[in-house]
Amino acid sequence: MKFYFFLLTTLWFVFPAFAQECTKSISGEVIDFHDKTPLAGALVVVVGQNTSVTTNSLGEFTIDGLCDTAIELEISHPECTSQFLTIDTNDETNLKISLEHHLELLDEVQVVGAAQRQKTASSVEKTVQLQTLERMSGGSLGDALKTVSGVSSLNTGANIVKPVIQGLSGSRVLILNNEVRMQDMEWGDEHAPNIDVSAANRITLIKGAGALQYGGDAIGGVILVSPEKMVAKDSLYGKFLANGMTNGRGGNATVELVRSFENGWFVKAQGSYKRLGDLEAPNYVLSNTGISQVGGSLQIGKNSFKEGWEAFYSYFDSDIAILRASHIGNVDDLIAAINSKQPNFIAPFGYAIDNPSQEVTHHLLKGNYYRRFEGAGKLKIQYDYQQNQRFEYDLRRGEARGIPSIDLTLRTHTISSDFKIDANNKRQLRFGLMGRYQNNTADPSTGVRRLIPDYDKYDVGVFVIGEYYLSSQLTLDTGLRYDFSQIDAKKFYQLSRWEERGYDQDFGDLILEDFGSQLLTNPVLNFHNISGTVGLEYDLGAETAIRANYALSQRAPNPSELFSEGLHHSAARIELGDLRIQSETSHKIAVSTEKNTPDWGYTLTPYANQINDFILLEPSGVEFTIRGAFPVWSYRQTKALLMGIDASLYRQWLSNWRTEHQVSFIKGSDKTLDRALINVPPIRLLNKLIYKRPQWNGLRIALESNYVFEQNEFPPNITVFSPQVNENVVLDINTPPPAYHVLNMDMEMTFKMLKKDDFTIGINISNLLNDSYRDYLNRQRFFADNMGRNVQLRLKLYF
Amino acid sequence: MKTKFFSALAMTSLLFLSCNNDDNTPDPVNEEEVITTLTVTLTAAGGTPIELKSQDLDGDGPDAPVITVSGSLATSTTYSGTIKVLNETESPAEDITLEVEEEDDEHQFFYGISGLNATTEYGNFDDDQNPLGTEFTLTTTDASTGSITFTLRHEPKKPNDGTLADAGGETDIAVTFSVEIE
Repeated sequence: MKFYFFLLTTLWFVFPAFAQECTKSISGEVIDFHDKTPLAGALVVVVGQNTSVTTNSLGEFTIDGLCDTAIELEISHPECTSQFLTIDTNDETNLKISLEHHLELLDEVQVVGAAQRQKTASSVEKTVQLQTLERMSGGSLGDALKTVSGVSSLNTGANIVKPVIQGLSGSRVLILNNEVRMQDMEWGDEHAPNIDVSAANRITLIKGAGALQYGGDAIGGVILVSPEKMVAKDSLYGKFLANGMTNGRGGNATVELVRSFENGWFVKAQGSYKRLGDLEAPNYVLSNTGISQVGGSLQIGKNSFKEGWEAFYSYFDSDIAILRASHIGNVDDLIAAINSKQPNFIAPFGYAIDNPSQEVTHHLLKGNYYRRFEGAGKLKIQYDYQQNQRFEYDLRRGEARGIPSIDLTLRTHTISSDFKIDANNKRQLRFGLMGRYQNNTADPSTGVRRLIPDYDKYDVGVFVIGEYYLSSQLTLDTGLRYDFSQIDAKKFYQLSRWEERGYDQDFGDLILEDFGSQLLTNPVLNFHNISGTVGLEYDLGAETAIRANYALSQRAPNPSELFSEGLHHSAARIELGDLRIQSETSHKIAVSTEKNTPDWGYTLTPYANQINDFILLEPSGVEFTIRGAFPVWSYRQTKALLMGIDASLYRQWLSNWRTEHQVSFIKGSDKTLDRALINVPPIRLLNKLIYKRPQWNGLRIALESNYVFEQNEFPPNITVFSPQVNENVVLDINTPPPAYHVLNMDMEMTFKMLKKDDFTIGINISNLLNDSYRDYLNRQRFFADNMGRNVQLRLKLYF
Repeated sequence: MKTKFFSALAMTSLLFLSCNNDDNTPDPVNEEEVITTLTVTLTAAGGTPIELKSQDLDGDGPDAPVITVSGSLATSTTYSGTIKVLNETESPAEDITLEVEEEDDEHQFFYGISGLNATTEYGNFDDDQNPLGTEFTLTTTDASTGSITFTLRHEPKKPNDGTLADAGGETDIAVTFSVEIE
């Protein structure tokens, strides 16, 4: 609201007064939209004229001496959203104006330095702002999120990046793109979210399952990728953003165009393209690691305070080459790769995307409508459709060359609605319903047995969330959600596998047809999940707050956990799901204390997450084929405990110097087997020094140090028989790589071109010292080093 | 790019209208590339051929390959060897040897001998005169027991120094047979 006042004050001086003989007058009353109480102290301004009045204690106002018959009024109140009204002084002289008396829309106004309105009161939330996103626009969504403490990433090379929140990833992290829950086969470790980070305006991260409106199964957390909010004013503007990179010898570019109208209509179109060749580690080319990516979106809608609608379509296609050296034949090849300090296949730099590779296309279509009811609340209805097409190409022989090994099409329809009751100042209630149908089809023409079977999945969810403002300082939030999910699959099992798993004993009645060496089965599995949350937010004043939250959440197993059955060449492993897997249940307690002043601030978030029946994938044994031995990775369930702390601190030392510090520590243990969990992020320490000199064309220089410790807690390695040396050998598959330190640097300046401060040029250097290192959470750590130095030139133009 | 984008948009709307109704039963997939069987035939002039065979009918399934050796080798004898590779999940069985020989520049067999008094020599080559090895000769000397490992590498470095470590590539077959020379 300060912003509006500022704006109004500015307008005051800008617009000269036109003294005329005018006699028209209007009067009216300003009331709260929700509970209809009068609003005192509301400012009523005649737009474009030097006239303003303030409402009295009864919410009334009168403006005299008006000349025009058609005038525009801006009505604002420190605690409300401003409203614009066009009136005819001949027709209306006694107005009744209702203002939105809650801070609900505050997050639409970007006030520098002020906290964003949270999606929940008591969960830990962090927002990555546009400026940071623009600086990270050459990377991926996962890279941008790593700027938040407690977030790491699970990589397959540098281009496939899955965000990990407090040690959890994949199906445990919900990603919402413009309020649509992404359904893009998020279950696979080598499946990156299909989101174009250069199209995002803001990314909010909610740690834990406290935001039940998005789903009950967010054991890790929720990531909200939001486009820009449209403002109802007549404008046409756009943005061009491009990055050129030395590592990969390519770049990306995004163009965005927005047309909005005073009556609330808006259209936004955006398109992006990215192309990189082979990436380079400090000592060698990472052969076959290029990427080609195309994204686009179109958004049309109409917003007003009372009602609005939006239609949104987005397209995302990425074609990602997978490191050639990571495609291996058997356990001996894997041992050879682990022992060799460099990849077994290095070719000169090239742009070609050869096999192995993956190509994923994601379509997202959404329509929504909202309406506010005076004295009641706001109703929202949304429908969305998503189609995810995934091809994975392996190195194949003969006629199969060029035919994908995996060809899956996932289609999802979702209808959701929710109603928010905010008429009462003391509380806010929200009810919601969700229905979803999903169909997966695996094309049999691949000539490879389906890794994920054909299935139909039905989901129904219902939730209620309440927020109670107990005092001006204390807010209580609670929520409860129920989800039903049914998965109806048609899956072929090899007879030998069916028997080896003991399914012939337990699931004999699922068999539809016997093809000799294969069985067609029809598993129909139902899951009932309950989730709930309760939390408190206590505002201590002086920009300090404490939050405490408990969340119960249950997650049904995903198709990969249930049905996986086959050989993954990319990891030389056989992955086995289990039909007996049940929902996992998480109990998480998180406390956070936070202070945000202009001079300094901190966040301290300890948490404990106990997950019963935690589903995990880890090496469990070896199987022999004519190709030799393969480690078997099986899904199993255990009782897991994740405990950790995320801490961050910033300090503005002098007006130009600022430092930022982050540390995240997490310990994951398997309580059933009394040992460490696999793939738990090691301790990360991040320190940043920022120098800013606004008078020098907004000069900003940032130096960032990233220290990642060695993970010293990991499950034991397994022993396998090696045909090559004719004896049992230890397969060093779980041993983490040593600690590493990487320095990054970013510089930018802003210049005046067409309008004011509209052209920004920046240079970003990642891995400044060109250090060789490997990361524990990179699936390609067995085969090659991470990327070496990358110098990026960034251009941004607003027009 | 623009066309791609708009055609994609059009396609989505189509799919949207047509929805889906695949209640029908999916077709089974017969693995086309699986190698189930390796047969090595060693023939000496005038003698009965000796067959070394590894058969794994469930491919990547849980069952281990069944390995059989039909007899012992004789001392101081030269055998001509041929290797046959089959996919027996298909009926009739597909002879993958043909594919391997056709793509000879991308394949190579390696013979690893341990404990046996025997040596091998490549019998066939690709167009660049680098070894392929579906045909070879094996020459025995004194009596001994040990093993022979046959390894087929896909996309190895060619030429290489004859060791697996130098050749790289990915392993398509790795089978060890226990053999006696008497």
